[in-house]
Amino acid sequence: MTAAALELDWPADDFTRIPFAAYHDDDVYRQEQERIFRGPAWNYLALEAEVPEPGDFVTTVIGDTPVLVNRRDDGEVSAFVNRCMHRGTLLKRECRGNSRMHTCFYHQWSYDLTGQLRGVPFARGHRGQGGLPADFDIASIRLDEMQVQSYQGVLFGTFSDGAEPLEDYLGPSVRAELDRIFARPIKLIGYQRQRIFGNWKLYNDNVRDPNHGALLHMFHATFGLYRPTQLGGAKMDSRHRHNISYSLAGTSDEAGDVEAFADTENVFDQGFRLKDPSMLAYRKEYPDDITLTILSVFPNLVVQQITNSLCTRQIQTRGPGEMDLYWTYFGFADDDEEMTRHRLAQANLVGPGGLISMEDGEAVEMVHTAVRREQDEHAVVEIGGKGPIADHQEYLVTETPIRGFWSYYYELMGIEPAA
Amino acid sequence: MSGSAMGSGSSGASGGRGERQAIADLMADYVHFIDNDRLEDWLELFAEDCSYRILSRENVDAGYPLELMSCYSKDMLRDRILSLREAVLYNVHTDKHVLGAVRVSGPEDSDGSPVWSVQANYSLYQTTANGETSLFSVGTYRDRVVFSGGRALFAEKTVVADTFTVDRLLSTPI
Repeated sequence: MTAAALELDWPADDFTRIPFAAYHDDDVYRQEQERIFRGPAWNYLALEAEVPEPGDFVTTVIGDTPVLVNRRDDGEVSAFVNRCMHRGTLLKRECRGNSRMHTCFYHQWSYDLTGQLRGVPFARGHRGQGGLPADFDIASIRLDEMQVQSYQGVLFGTFSDGAEPLEDYLGPSVRAELDRIFARPIKLIGYQRQRIFGNWKLYNDNVRDPNHGALLHMFHATFGLYRPTQLGGAKMDSRHRHNISYSLAGTSDEAGDVEAFADTENVFDQGFRLKDPSMLAYRKEYPDDITLTILSVFPNLVVQQITNSLCTRQIQTRGPGEMDLYWTYFGFADDDEEMTRHRLAQANLVGPGGLISMEDGEAVEMVHTAVRREQDEHAVVEIGGKGPIADHQEYLVTETPIRGFWSYYYELMGIEPAA
Repeated sequence: MSGSAMGSGSSGASGGRGERQAIADLMADYVHFIDNDRLEDWLELFAEDCSYRILSRENVDAGYPLELMSCYSKDMLRDRILSLREAVLYNVHTDKHVLGAVRVSGPEDSDGSPVWSVQANYSLYQTTANGETSLFSVGTYRDRVVFSGGRALFAEKTVVADTFTVDRLLSTPI
């Protein structure tokens, strides 16, 4: 692939400009599937807690590739392309379950939990006629396998032999954040799914943009859960592909907030109070005072702590103009009934119906729609500064992590600098 | 209508005609008020001690408790409506419910008060500001209805959504 083939124009080498064509172009999308989702990136697959026992499986998609994740009898987790090696049928149709073998429903070829083909019906035909040729070697047939590594119970997979070790890919800051969030054994409490009518990278931009938190999400500002005037910041790995946005509730004062929001219309009104504010309460469960964390791991994972609401969000591509978000909510195994109920109540803050997050899907769609015929134009990304990308900004009025995402994207896509 | 009076007017397992009609009216009012953006009137169809939950069939089938939206008290419902009115931004749309046959059973005795179980299927279409309509959600209401001051009210409104991939966002109630 060459830069010319992509016809993407990057006028700023500090990634303060993003070509709108990157969100719409079919060739770009096709290249992303090869160079990112099938390339050296580590993709988020699932949580180990979803497949605790041998034979437990979940199905997912990595980019456009259907993937089957299962726990083997030796306790390790494998991930395969969810496709029968015979004629290409989707091997496992269920979202989750437990089975000893994966048997294709089309012609009953069956595979064990290591991906090895074990059985082909009528392999020798019937009454000496038909069946597989004598030199067909069943033992040589295995499902296409991904490399799988786990960090703190979060399962990642890559299709590339050239990927760096997962721990290096995550880097110390992301590992520390995963150490923090997954401090104890977790317990799943359920899923949510959301379809967004926009490009998958617009969502990656969205979660790397602490500045929008209290401007788009008026619930945040209105009820004081998150304001850009609070203590917080954005921390990236050394290659700026991942980001951790964090903030500490209760660290802004009313006078400062009124002044900060003075140039806005309609965003911040001190007059509203919830009748049942218990939903907003933070029951401290981490040693620090951080009440909001959005960890974005390139290319398809977000891990969220919004007070006590914890979940992963998997970004699933569906062509250049559509994506799904797959939200997996969890608490800790030692949560009592009351704590689980609190987490369920706080789930109202996020997800497709979330009081905080419901606008994100709409924002992505509105950008995607508006730039359709502006392929030669660029998004402006200067909030938080220009020039070199800092690893850590200790303030929230920034969108610099978006530049970090695109700098790594640019590298993976093999785009050559403009002459 | 008091609880004991209802029992005497009952004609078999499905309660009296009066109660059944009141429950049918309640279900009709419920969808009518949402479809006409009368959320404040909609709120008054709930008992003071109430819950409103939207569940995905996926979680129900897998045994997970997570909702798509949940209000465990009338104050939480009031907050949801206040937020829709004053805080959150959502896609401009018109809702249109099509309500299936209402199946009423009961009353059962719950701590000395009669409670009816009510079930009905729904489809909910959404129409954009440009007049484009899509099917937003299909599912089943599994409700518990009580009578207070002669009025039928929801003690529990539980929406089990077959459509558990939510298009765009879930703002107004289902």
